[in-house]
Amino acid sequence: MNRLRYPLFAALLGIGVWQIVIWATNAPHFILPSPWRVANTGYEYRSLIAQHALITATEVVVGLLIGAILGAITAVQLAAAPRVANLILPILVFTQAVPVFALAPILTLWFGYGMASKIVMAVLIIYFPVTSSFYDGLTRVTPALLDLAKTMGALDRQVMLRVKIPHALPSLGSGLKLAAVYAPIGAVIGEWVGSSQGLGYLMLLANGRAKIDLMFASLIALAVLTVTLHLLVSALVNRMNRMSHATPSA
Amino acid sequence: MTDAPGITLQGDYLIEQKPLFTGVDLTVPAGQWTCLLGRSGVGKSTILRLLLGLDTSGQFNGQVRANDDRAIGPRASYMAQSDLLLPWLNLRENVVLGARLRHEKPDLSKADTMIARVGLSAYATKKPGALSGGMRQRAALARTLMEDRPIALLDEPFSALDAGTRADMQDLAAEVLQGKTVLLVTHDPAEACRLGHQIALLTPAGIAPWELPDTAPIRSADDPQTLQAQAALLSYLRAVP
Repeated sequence: MNRLRYPLFAALLGIGVWQIVIWATNAPHFILPSPWRVANTGYEYRSLIAQHALITATEVVVGLLIGAILGAITAVQLAAAPRVANLILPILVFTQAVPVFALAPILTLWFGYGMASKIVMAVLIIYFPVTSSFYDGLTRVTPALLDLAKTMGALDRQVMLRVKIPHALPSLGSGLKLAAVYAPIGAVIGEWVGSSQGLGYLMLLANGRAKIDLMFASLIALAVLTVTLHLLVSALVNRMNRMSHATPSA
Repeated sequence: MTDAPGITLQGDYLIEQKPLFTGVDLTVPAGQWTCLLGRSGVGKSTILRLLLGLDTSGQFNGQVRANDDRAIGPRASYMAQSDLLLPWLNLRENVVLGARLRHEKPDLSKADTMIARVGLSAYATKKPGALSGGMRQRAALARTLMEDRPIALLDEPFSALDAGTRADMQDLAAEVLQGKTVLLVTHDPAEACRLGHQIALLTPAGIAPWELPDTAPIRSADDPQTLQAQAALLSYLRAVP
């Protein structure tokens, strides 16, 4: 419970500031609804919000799984073939220079209005952080350890499996924690550009109909979804780290 | 360990056309401890790497051979200053790492024997993080023994240990590596004088031999002759440019 004290206090502080802004500026509710009004609307439309949140959550989780697997496989392949890595890594960095937002219309064109295009967006947005953080871990094994392995007559594949990958799991974990925050961004951008369901769609719809309170309620639902996902992934990663590196070695 | 070969290394070593050492003629006699000393950066570890067949940054002109003309690398085990234990494996799993990395079935009962020889039986299922520095280095020694190779090349394996633990480790290593051809790189004159059948001093101009007492290692740390040799070696090392 102690751990929750500061986040709870921070949330209360945020809501307080929000309410004070409304009192101070006297903003009408269709410009900036009060926290109380948003809470009420959220409760009133709870099943609608839940229905759309479920869609977004599915897109995000599927995107996260596919992106994590693709990223991890890429990183291992790159680490296993340094020459290929030298060729591929600059290309990967270059693709990051293209804003995913700009790709969204094309992806919608290619993959349709359904979930597929949003999942692809989520995958694209997390692929690079997962790949690069895992790759970093895989290539940062102490050289002396690799020398030792070589003097033992080790096979490359076994060194990858038994030394490099376990060593790099914490790095993969950091990448996954980032990915858990990025993936919802990808999914929502996809929903904005073209969709008929999901929290991004609901936000646009509510905004278009001047239902700003519903828009805020959806936004908060999205934030809760993202934070929950981040906490879940962090807990998973921390558990994985504890299992693989029982105690840090000197 | 009757098949432990003697080793010789002769030649020059260049880094970017500049010589690191020239005219080196190092002999490591079969079944004995040879201690290699020299200033930092003079190329002691490079010599070890050349013997092991590991990559080095410079260029070696010369030859490395065993007196039976068979390859050295596959018959040598290597022990470094840091223990290089994998933190996610327990002690026994670390000791059989070599077999695992060669994709062979590890001999766990032999591993337990080796762990017992270095006195860590009670810790076989502990992870390295739960062991002290001295215990970890003993575990590394058990891993080296597990490879059961006739040549042992040791790169300052005891230098990070406290004085008492270091002396214990020296005793243990001298006992368990008996009969093997051992090359020990060290900075410590006391260590060299305790453990060496002979001492080789590496300088940029080649190898200089160093006289040791006639007694056989491992020599007692408080033996007057050993102490004398150690003091003389220290002043010599300080005088070498």
